[in-house]
Amino acid sequence: MELTIFIITAVISVVSALGVIFNKNVVHSAMFLLAHFLTLAVFYFMLNAQFLGMVQILVYAGAIVVLILFVVMLLGEQLGEDIPRWVTPTNGVLVLLALVLLTIVGTAVVEHPTTGAKGDFTPELIQEHGQAEMIGAVLFTDYILSVQLAGILLLVGIVGVIWLARNENLPVIAGDIPTEEV
Amino acid sequence: MIGAVPLSYYLLLSAILFTIGAGGVLIRRNAIIILMCVEMMMNAVNLTFVAFSSYLDSATGQIFVFMIMVVAAVEVAVGLALLVELNRHKEAVNIDEFNSLKG
Repeated sequence: MELTIFIITAVISVVSALGVIFNKNVVHSAMFLLAHFLTLAVFYFMLNAQFLGMVQILVYAGAIVVLILFVVMLLGEQLGEDIPRWVTPTNGVLVLLALVLLTIVGTAVVEHPTTGAKGDFTPELIQEHGQAEMIGAVLFTDYILSVQLAGILLLVGIVGVIWLARNENLPVIAGDIPTEEV
Repeated sequence: MIGAVPLSYYLLLSAILFTIGAGGVLIRRNAIIILMCVEMMMNAVNLTFVAFSSYLDSATGQIFVFMIMVVAAVEVAVGLALLVELNRHKEAVNIDEFNSLKG
């Protein structure tokens, strides 16, 4: 049963990933990307990582795809890409390169046993305490430094985006406000 | 619940998804599609992390995925802002046309 769900979701995932690439319309590509992110959320649910599945839906499907669609609308008609045909010698070589990469990674996965020391994040404990609580406990004790670094990264990202998005031709709004004489 | 699907299936699937993403970056010339493909590659790696995390009963993989999501969100925001800025200078999104560092 679970294997069936896995195979169906995997097929949808791969097809939508290919749909992102082989699509001339950027909006359609973004829709395929949305489907791809949702299938990954399904995998997370199947892997007992419900919290990450919800975060996946919220962050990727909710925020990133919407951001991409906003930019697509902002840039408008310049996005139309003229692709006469897909089957060209260059693309053939690139697909071959991708297949070589897949062979290397796939061999590494199949040939080597993937075992390791078991941790204490067992399904029974998750049932008892709840997933968000357990991840939160780990996040704010063992990985507190990375949480703070993530905060700094987000701050730098915000400042960088604001600096990039400013329009130099417009007057600075703060400077235009007349200061009241007291 | 876990165990019906072998771990190697998840690893192979994420290898396939990563390859598709890498191929997309190589094949397409549209900067927005390339950003999307980079996101797909990151998601493939995330899938590996979550699979290992749940098969080895460890929370570390999930923390890593959480951090990767933060990085991906910042990356896509900055990348799209750069794209809009580039588009103001040159009316294009084809990355082959951005061939000069001079503004």
